[in-house]
Amino acid sequence: MEHWRPSASLDRLKTRADLLRRIRSFFSARQVLEVDVPVLAATGVTDLHIENIRARVNGVRRYLQSSPEYYLKRLLAAGSGPVFYLGKAFRDGESGRRHNPEFTLLEWYRPGWTEHQLMAETSDLLAGLAPAQVRDINSYSYRQIFVDALGLDPHTASLEQLQILAAKLAGAELSDWQRESRSGCLDLLFSLGVEPRLPPGLVYIYDYPACQAALAQLHVDDTGTPVARRFEAFLNGMELANGYFELTDPGEQRARFAEDMNRRQAMGKAPMIADERLLAALDYGLPPSAGIALGVDRLLMQMVGADSIGEVISFID
Amino acid sequence: MANYSTSEFRSGLKVMLDGDPCAILENEFVKPGKGQAFNRVRLRNLKTGRVWERTFKSGENLEGADVVDTDMQYLYNDGEHYHFMEPDTFEQHQADTSTVGDAAQWLKEQDTCMVTLYNGSPLAVTPPNHVELEIVETDPGLRGDTAQGGTKPAKLSTGAVVKVPLFLNTGDVVRVDTRTGEYLGRARD
Repeated sequence: MEHWRPSASLDRLKTRADLLRRIRSFFSARQVLEVDVPVLAATGVTDLHIENIRARVNGVRRYLQSSPEYYLKRLLAAGSGPVFYLGKAFRDGESGRRHNPEFTLLEWYRPGWTEHQLMAETSDLLAGLAPAQVRDINSYSYRQIFVDALGLDPHTASLEQLQILAAKLAGAELSDWQRESRSGCLDLLFSLGVEPRLPPGLVYIYDYPACQAALAQLHVDDTGTPVARRFEAFLNGMELANGYFELTDPGEQRARFAEDMNRRQAMGKAPMIADERLLAALDYGLPPSAGIALGVDRLLMQMVGADSIGEVISFID
Repeated sequence: MANYSTSEFRSGLKVMLDGDPCAILENEFVKPGKGQAFNRVRLRNLKTGRVWERTFKSGENLEGADVVDTDMQYLYNDGEHYHFMEPDTFEQHQADTSTVGDAAQWLKEQDTCMVTLYNGSPLAVTPPNHVELEIVETDPGLRGDTAQGGTKPAKLSTGAVVKVPLFLNTGDVVRVDTRTGEYLGRARD
């Protein structure tokens, strides 16, 4: 048995070490402060589709953080200026070729910036780190890429139209999809119908459907449709990063937490309580900011041509 | 039968889908960072042999299928049914022509093959990967031309036709890979 050996080759681990070093020097040169915030916290996230890993610490419940987002926003409210985190994040139930329950996340925030300025900085970072993979850079609105791939407007299509198309792409019976939400249908349609047809290179998709705003502010696009100021970056068709023009309104944030908690309960998922310290920081005042989280293991997979995340992680179960 | 959740789907697991027993071939986890997780699954319908692709919401369940692969000895064909026997219990099973399918051309009496039982009845028959069969019909052998590597068709005792080297004759016993139908060599006896 060779089960004691690292899952990544030593060559790839050297490339990984070099990648982490270059990320830090990129931000250091731009005066973005690295903060190694905790990974164990008293609260987790209420997101419907993100499950925190629970731990018991000194006899009380703790949650391994699924991203450093709440800590970094509390730093912004405390006047930190631009900050980044490069370290581990944890999500339960996520295992596959592109997923591992423990993974390395780069997340950074730019107070005073818009999401489009942050996309430009992300391009600078990635063009420096992975020039061979970032030859082409394209941006599309969620609506445009969705209509091009599937011939349906994601914002104005009826729920029934989305369910019919989702069932068709899933190869399933319509009855399996007739109770699915708008957002669930869009997730399937995007994953199976849009993502595989994205052009090569670096692609940004912006102006997400309002029902998938997560922690992004809403605005009205040039057709008069309310959309989320959220974007995602894809590298050669692989989801790499998710960014927002951040929600700063504490009332709206409370309402979204409450809605998440109601939906979790309706779906029989584990209850999660809202992070009151994040809400208190928003009450105090979060500067207008853009933020992004980027999967470092996936970036490395693209750089070295790995098929599976285990090939770029030192040890995998 | 037990229920299996998408996270338990492994290659080889037998499940019921739309009323038919299926074998899972591949299971890929797909999840947008903020979105719903899915499992994109490839399955083989064990009744029809057709391969399906179906995407499930992660956490969905499928009922296990009572499908068991059992090694059995092939006994004989009575013109309508093929008869097999479990070597340990001597229990006999009969399968019709459509169940045996293409495997029929490789079945030699006394050979051990794999019979897939669904709810206790044969669903499919898989011949051994390698079989040794006698040539019953082929053009006369050409001596002294072994270097050229030419081939000719040869009919085997079970009815299969395979390409064999020119120097082989009727009565020779050859070793064949049943998955590809390729000649592997002369049987050693």
